[in-house]
Amino acid sequence: MQVKPGSRWKSAVDTTEVVIVRPPKGDVSLECGGHPMVAAGDEAPAGLVLSADFSAGTSVGKRYVDEESGIELLGAKAGQSSLAVDGRPVTLKDAKPLPASD
Amino acid sequence: MQTQLLLELSAEAIGERQAYKTVEGGLSYAQAYQRAKAGAAYFHKRQGDTVVFLGHNGPAFPLALFAAGLAGKPFAPLNYRLADTDLRKLVARTAPSIVVADGDMASRVHGVEGVTIITREAFEAACEDEDNRDATLPEAEQDIAVLLFTSGTTGDPKAAVLRHGNLTSYVISTVEFMAAGEDECALVSVPPYHIAGISAVLTGTYSGRRIAYLHSFAPDAWVLLAHAEKVTHAMVVPTMLSRILDAMEALDVELPHLRALSYGGGRMPQSVIERAMRKLPNVDFVNAYGLTETSSTIAVLGPDDHRAAFSSDDPNVRARLGSVGRPLPTLELEIRAPDGKTVLGARESGEIYVRGDQVAGEYLHKKMLSDDGWFATNDAGWVDEEGYLFVEGRLDDVIVRGGENISPGEVEDVLRLHPQVRDVAVYGLPDDGWGEKVACSLVCEGAPCTDELAEWVKARLRSTKTPEAWDFRDELPYNETGKLLRRVLKDEMSKTVAAI
Repeated sequence: MQVKPGSRWKSAVDTTEVVIVRPPKGDVSLECGGHPMVAAGDEAPAGLVLSADFSAGTSVGKRYVDEESGIELLGAKAGQSSLAVDGRPVTLKDAKPLPASD
Repeated sequence: MQTQLLLELSAEAIGERQAYKTVEGGLSYAQAYQRAKAGAAYFHKRQGDTVVFLGHNGPAFPLALFAAGLAGKPFAPLNYRLADTDLRKLVARTAPSIVVADGDMASRVHGVEGVTIITREAFEAACEDEDNRDATLPEAEQDIAVLLFTSGTTGDPKAAVLRHGNLTSYVISTVEFMAAGEDECALVSVPPYHIAGISAVLTGTYSGRRIAYLHSFAPDAWVLLAHAEKVTHAMVVPTMLSRILDAMEALDVELPHLRALSYGGGRMPQSVIERAMRKLPNVDFVNAYGLTETSSTIAVLGPDDHRAAFSSDDPNVRARLGSVGRPLPTLELEIRAPDGKTVLGARESGEIYVRGDQVAGEYLHKKMLSDDGWFATNDAGWVDEEGYLFVEGRLDDVIVRGGENISPGEVEDVLRLHPQVRDVAVYGLPDDGWGEKVACSLVCEGAPCTDELAEWVKARLRSTKTPEAWDFRDELPYNETGKLLRRVLKDEMSKTVAAI
């Protein structure tokens, strides 16, 4: 799928939504809850169920990365399902908050 | 990623929390997002590629910023303190545009070709209009988030381009989403047309920290608002800080809720920060160094750094109170020689270069980044053995006397410690023997003799850094964001010297 920076994607099985912060190097399958994600404006296919292997949850405002493809995602809506790229579970990126400077 | 998404996230996650406030009232994140969308529908229907904001601080400012983003139009806040002719020239450069202007400012830009003016009140009403609220908007496809005109101390203002990607990269890599407690409140008094005003909206919104706006800065009003709103965080430019401390003493007001005070936008005199740390021992001080072209902060001297430096007997550690701290971990920073290539080592002075996602380094129709992404800041500085960055000022301001680089700020700091000196500016003047010589303009109480002042500097620095030309005046020229206009003094004094 074409994953452009800034584009929004939603889970096909629950409320989870993400924004692409950094695009992947090549073509990838962006998945959530064990199923490919759908562009935010499109209709999600019906009848899919959450896979237990991808049900660790996604949080709003957390960043997730996949080292291999270089993709970086930001949780835009929370949900029960968790994210994966080409079947690989993403990892939570450590935030390095600064002392408030503005 | 688009900046308006930051508001959307907060509206969804902490919608009921108070977001922006002034004396006239406030808005929650959910209200702000709903109104920004309505404002976007209003902008979308109107002619004009850019949304210009000409007004004081207040909730209408973040609303216009986010509405412009949602409508896919770059947002350009302008400096209302400019003279009418200069202001009209700038407005003309934004055409075709929609100008949101405070009532008393709208008439100043009336009749500029290609520009639609709406008053702040009309814009705020449009944000509450039901038809606008219910309108559906196409997905915004605009890369440019903000156009900020530089203060133009050395010529015509340049329009710095900040793309959505630069700004959101800065925000999400330096601020934790919803990290602020519900009691936290940031007092914002920098004007909307300053990069710190823009970044305050974005980081405040993303962290969930309420913003209390002061229409424009005045020391008494700042202290009283900080007290009344139980302000926990604030950002000031250096000239504001000593005036705030004076006002606290004159009004006899304490600020028990204040936890963090950050400063930036110019060199902080060491004597002022030391006074502030003594007066506000429980406050976390943060020195943030950044440029418009880098989407705000690129280096930070944090609270622990301040305390360690303040309490240290080691002169190298103590000196860090005059540094801007260390570069953000998300970007690279180098000090380079005048050839622009050779990377210099610790304590070698050169030009500061940065690279990273937040570094826009771009003016309208003119990309300033090198092919490999580096931006030359035009600031001179050096880094100590542990990576603390010392900024010496604009490259053009550094005095080169007989091959030695002299930072005006260093000499100013020493002169400012003299009991009779109230304000000072140091700059270079042409000199036949040395290329340049050190000159200074001073505001003093009484009339100190120049020999005594020269001795004062010589005893603390060295003779090559001692001013050779002295000029006494009633006040020094500053621009409206508190930047000392050294160039103005330099030009005046060069002419005076030439005339003699």
